[in-house]
Amino acid sequence: MKFDNDEIKKIAHLARININENEAKKVSEKLEGILGLIDQMTEVNTDSIEPMAHALDITQPLREDKVTEVDMREKSLKLSNETDQSLFIVPRVIE
Amino acid sequence: MQNLTLKELSEGLKQKKFSSLELTKFFLNRLDLHNSSINAFITIDKDKSLAMAKRADEIIKEGNQDYLTGIPIAQKDIFCAEGWKTTCGSKMLDNFIAPYDSTVISKFNAAGAVNLGKTNMDEFAMGSSNETSYYGNVKNPWDIKTVPGGSSGGSAAAVAGMLAPAATATDTGGSIRQPASLCGLTGLKPTYGLVSRYGMIAFASSLDQAGPMCHTAEDCAAMMNVMSGHDPKDSTSIEREKENYLTGINNSIKGLKIGVPKEFFSEGLDSEVEKIIEQGISEYKKLGAEIVEISLPNNHLSIPVYYVIAPAEASSNLSRYDGVRYGYRTKEYDDLMDMYCKTREEGFGDEVKRRIMIGTYVLSAGYYDAYYLKAQKIRRLISEDFKKAFEKCDVILGPSAPSVAFPIGDKKEDPLKMYMQDVYTISTNLAGLPGLSMPGGLMNNLPVGIQLIGNYFSEAKLLNIAHIFQTNTNWHNLTPEEFK
Repeated sequence: MKFDNDEIKKIAHLARININENEAKKVSEKLEGILGLIDQMTEVNTDSIEPMAHALDITQPLREDKVTEVDMREKSLKLSNETDQSLFIVPRVIE
Repeated sequence: MQNLTLKELSEGLKQKKFSSLELTKFFLNRLDLHNSSINAFITIDKDKSLAMAKRADEIIKEGNQDYLTGIPIAQKDIFCAEGWKTTCGSKMLDNFIAPYDSTVISKFNAAGAVNLGKTNMDEFAMGSSNETSYYGNVKNPWDIKTVPGGSSGGSAAAVAGMLAPAATATDTGGSIRQPASLCGLTGLKPTYGLVSRYGMIAFASSLDQAGPMCHTAEDCAAMMNVMSGHDPKDSTSIEREKENYLTGINNSIKGLKIGVPKEFFSEGLDSEVEKIIEQGISEYKKLGAEIVEISLPNNHLSIPVYYVIAPAEASSNLSRYDGVRYGYRTKEYDDLMDMYCKTREEGFGDEVKRRIMIGTYVLSAGYYDAYYLKAQKIRRLISEDFKKAFEKCDVILGPSAPSVAFPIGDKKEDPLKMYMQDVYTISTNLAGLPGLSMPGGLMNNLPVGIQLIGNYFSEAKLLNIAHIFQTNTNWHNLTPEEFK
């Protein structure tokens, strides 16, 4: 597996991580190495094997539909870089 | 006092030989003396710890003492603790003061334990040497030129350097057992779902599990009595009756069948480490155990499978760090997209970015079947190997890590070499099984860990098997010279 500059930038963009020209090549090399390791999987025949999504065979538990969360509004807002009353502020999205 | 086990500390508090305040001051003083040389802690808050100690002394005075009441415990900085800076070793969370307690922290608080501070770790638990932490690498008390292992390297160094009597840790691919091995400690990764993940900062949700790191198996049992238990706040928490892990700790192990997987003794294992593991096997024979050869034929695939599944889950889990609601936000940006991308470029370290990008790639359109689905299928094969193995034996024994502690900087620039550190530990995470590492000897004055892997929910048995070893050997009592 080889990544060209556009591909690595596309992955970085999907991951919402800025990546500059100088880094792109270095990052590509490291990722290619890791994918080389991952490619060992291709030697295994996995036809008719059920994928294992979870370590234990459990189902999502259901609970009564009642409010259990405490009100954390004030505490949560305090953690943000920019707020206005009860809102988190981000750059304008809609013109 | 630093040499006392949790059991001895608990007795000492009960018999009023010392108070929790005295004990806590003693360890805070050791932090003053030694933390700067090993960098085991990210946050120390003396006022908070001392206030907790005073409260514990009140509880003891009232006669309501539990096993861990009044004992200072170091907490890995992955657990949210209300009012404490909780960073997960990342610049991204450098300004994050947790607004609530994780379940693990709540349980220690309810038991009256004292939070001694938050321990250093690889960034978002991604690493095997503690060199990816934003707060600088941790050093191994056995030789400060070497790494303590990771990701729970701060917890390991804190206990090995006797700056804390015990610590919490987490294990996604070996992050409890490998540092326990490299620092000469006993560490347990429980069965997936036994300890609540609520408030424990997520890395790979289908693999992450918290556990204790202590000098002895008996101390790990005492910690597990506090940490384990069903939690409705974690939908993957298992509903089963709570066990007492100390009850059967002295049970006889005569007739115990120990399986030794031949794949754990192949290429890559240091020959001196192998000798020490063989000595451990001989010791168990003397203690009446029977040794059977077993095979885990797909173990070599656990690393490739892990480096699909863990990054895939991480890429999703770490998408929450966007600079909007909490954590780091870049200073200058043009629009929302620019803010996201710069925040994440500046807030994450190289290894975390690599894993997010690998995860993004394997989950992206056109590659899902070839990577993610394929990895999930091989995950089942790895899990089936264990099922077959446990038809032949009660417990599996092998090395915890392929080598002893390695020099700082040795593998930092080569992720593939670093990933091999977890070659004997990752498969248990993929299968969801419990695993324990305990000291088995020294090589060039550096500790070597023996790993025990059990069937689902066999923690009590694993701790019992390790305890019997420790009542007949002295390796767990050895401590690094400069920290005595």
